[in-house]
Amino acid sequence: MRIDQQATVEQISAQGELGRRIRDMGLTPGTAIKVVGRAPLKDPVAIRLMGFTLTLRNNEADHIQVAVQE
Amino acid sequence: MTIALMGNPNSGKTTLFNLLTGGRQHVGNYSGVTVEKREGTLKADDMTWQVVDLPGTYSLTAYTEDEVVARDFLVRNRPDGAVTVLDATNLERSLYLVVQLLELGVPVVVALNMMDEVRKNGTTIATNQLARLLDVPVVETVARTGEGRSDLLGAARKSLDSGEVRRPHLTVSYGHDIEEALTEMVPLIREQAFLTDLYPARWTAIKYLENDEDVMAKGARAGAPHDQLLAIVDRVAAHLQTTLNTYPEAIIADSRYGYITSLLKQGVLTRNPDRESRARFSDNLDRILTNSVFGPAIMLGVIYGMFQATFVLGEIPMGWLESFFGWLGNSASAMIPDGLLQSLVVSGIIDGVGGVLGFVPLIMVMFFLLSFLEDSGYMARMAYMLDRVFRAFGLHGSSVMPMIVSGGIPGGCAVPGVMAARTLRSPKEKIATILVAPFMSCGAKVPVFLLLAAAFFPGSGAQALFWITVAGWAAALVVARVLRSTVLKGEATPFVMELPPYRMPTLRGMCIHTWERAWQYIKKAGTVILAISILLWAAMTFPGLPSERVAAFEAERSQIETSSVMTDEAREQALLELDNRQSGESLRNSVAGRIGTALEPVTEWAGFDWRTNIALVGGFAAKEVIVSTLGTAYSLGEVDPEEAEPLSARLASEPGWSPWTAAALIAFVMLYAPCFVTVVTIARELSWGWASFSVVMNTVLAFAVAVGINAMG
Repeated sequence: MRIDQQATVEQISAQGELGRRIRDMGLTPGTAIKVVGRAPLKDPVAIRLMGFTLTLRNNEADHIQVAVQE
Repeated sequence: MTIALMGNPNSGKTTLFNLLTGGRQHVGNYSGVTVEKREGTLKADDMTWQVVDLPGTYSLTAYTEDEVVARDFLVRNRPDGAVTVLDATNLERSLYLVVQLLELGVPVVVALNMMDEVRKNGTTIATNQLARLLDVPVVETVARTGEGRSDLLGAARKSLDSGEVRRPHLTVSYGHDIEEALTEMVPLIREQAFLTDLYPARWTAIKYLENDEDVMAKGARAGAPHDQLLAIVDRVAAHLQTTLNTYPEAIIADSRYGYITSLLKQGVLTRNPDRESRARFSDNLDRILTNSVFGPAIMLGVIYGMFQATFVLGEIPMGWLESFFGWLGNSASAMIPDGLLQSLVVSGIIDGVGGVLGFVPLIMVMFFLLSFLEDSGYMARMAYMLDRVFRAFGLHGSSVMPMIVSGGIPGGCAVPGVMAARTLRSPKEKIATILVAPFMSCGAKVPVFLLLAAAFFPGSGAQALFWITVAGWAAALVVARVLRSTVLKGEATPFVMELPPYRMPTLRGMCIHTWERAWQYIKKAGTVILAISILLWAAMTFPGLPSERVAAFEAERSQIETSSVMTDEAREQALLELDNRQSGESLRNSVAGRIGTALEPVTEWAGFDWRTNIALVGGFAAKEVIVSTLGTAYSLGEVDPEEAEPLSARLASEPGWSPWTAAALIAFVMLYAPCFVTVVTIARELSWGWASFSVVMNTVLAFAVAVGINAMG
């Protein structure tokens, strides 16, 4: 996803600690997210959801399937 | 009555805690873990409450130490209730924790904090409606200004202290498949009273479905329906996998959020989409502060500025303390007659404790600035920007601060550096960071480097220091990588971290935080460190010279004193030389000297003779001691590390020394065992096991490298 692109979460395929941390932060199916930035080395990525900003590493974000809104 | 404070990180929980308890608080550690335990007393009207500030968590799972501590406290200590602090600008996520608390059956009072920002954003929250739907008291607060304090106390008193506390019964519906499993599991748990002394039956069942390791381990020990429950869980999990391609824990989390969303839709939350001013302000700031060009540049500036400020500001009170202990030492010398007692008081106790307390101003300034960076939200951005680099070495973005403070810019100190690692929430990364931080060029090692550079690489002091600093970083990162693939093996802990909006920290919060850290350090200085100072003093003093040697020195002395051919000046010079020779010889004869001599056959490999060995043994007390001990060992008297030219000239002309020996010694000093103040700090932050590991590992590594360098010469 590019910066400023919006999307809706479809599925979280991570299990265990990573899966639970992602879900605990409110990334559950149906949540609207927006990419707000990337770190200078392009990893991690920062996303906005429900009024707060969350950052996660690219390989962690790979477990989140989204439907991108154009 | 005891109440627990719960809430997400960055929800203003600690600010509220400070507001409730004022200065009456106490910080300790939970047994066995490094999570801080913060307790305070709240006195209002006629009542006295114990308030426990539990670590900030997003959830009540059992993945992080913080969460386990919070949950165990609620279950074991049974506080009379929990005040949950919510960032009201972030209601969905904050309620996730509240829902879990209610499921656990903990009586809850909700504090909707940061209401000022909510109003500014144009959002409205129907507090009464929320209270009615959740069936718990909800109070609006602004912890920074103190708004809502009395309302909160009133509500807590009414609902928690009324004698007939209602345990809440919140039931979230988890959908057909999970509910079916629950109706099977709950009766099993009830009938056999399985863990019911600790948890509500439905909660235990949900935790089994969530695959909660902590609860399942307790269940396995309790026996009976454990296996039956596992069988049900496996069945549901398999069913969900084939029909919906998902996991029970995912459905449970989704349902909780679903419950919260529907709750908020029932007239609780009305957003004004045009006026998310705070978020917009933070976003604009982030566009500059985390920009791929300006971001790193500004970060370097911030780090450098903080460093300068610490050492410029810290130097002033440090100088006062130094003069005070100097004065104390002189007065003690004047009052106590020459001899062992004087030496013990002056060189052992006053110098030892003075050296340690001398760090206090530095620690205070450093932590004041660190808590500013942390509370303002900038620290999270630093971790965000640097994570990619540190992750390559098995560390975490947040490892940067401890390493810089320890001397990533020469002149730091590993003691506050190790303490700064507390902000790291990932256990393995935290241990690795703490273990490698002492490789950095702390302020006490720099004079050693400069001395050796001046003696053997004349005119290249600055350049040498630069390369030594680079080598320190390289060693730290490489060793971290090695540790993370051996003793600290394991997957990287998920980074998933909130970037909190930028906020102006409260002065009060920063002061309390700073004082806490300083006080913990001072307490240590008074106990363990005093004992070790005395021990090291004894090792460098006893046993004294045999009496015939003392007599020989005395004879020589009186010969000089009575000599008629010398001028006064020459006589004084001769006496000083004699004194220095005597202290050199007596040092060699002491326990430390004997250890140094005994080690010679081993340290020869690295090119170190007994004199260097003594200095290195002394350096374990404090690296500052290395230069002055070398001076004594070379019979030059105590050398002031700031003015070490005579020593440096002496070393350069010693037959046993070559530039390679100097390089080997530089490497050894850079890498070997941290000074004991740091070791004590590591033990406090991690454990004595890790502290000893650090001493042994660093010394072995340092020796190996020194031998390698010496062999090249």
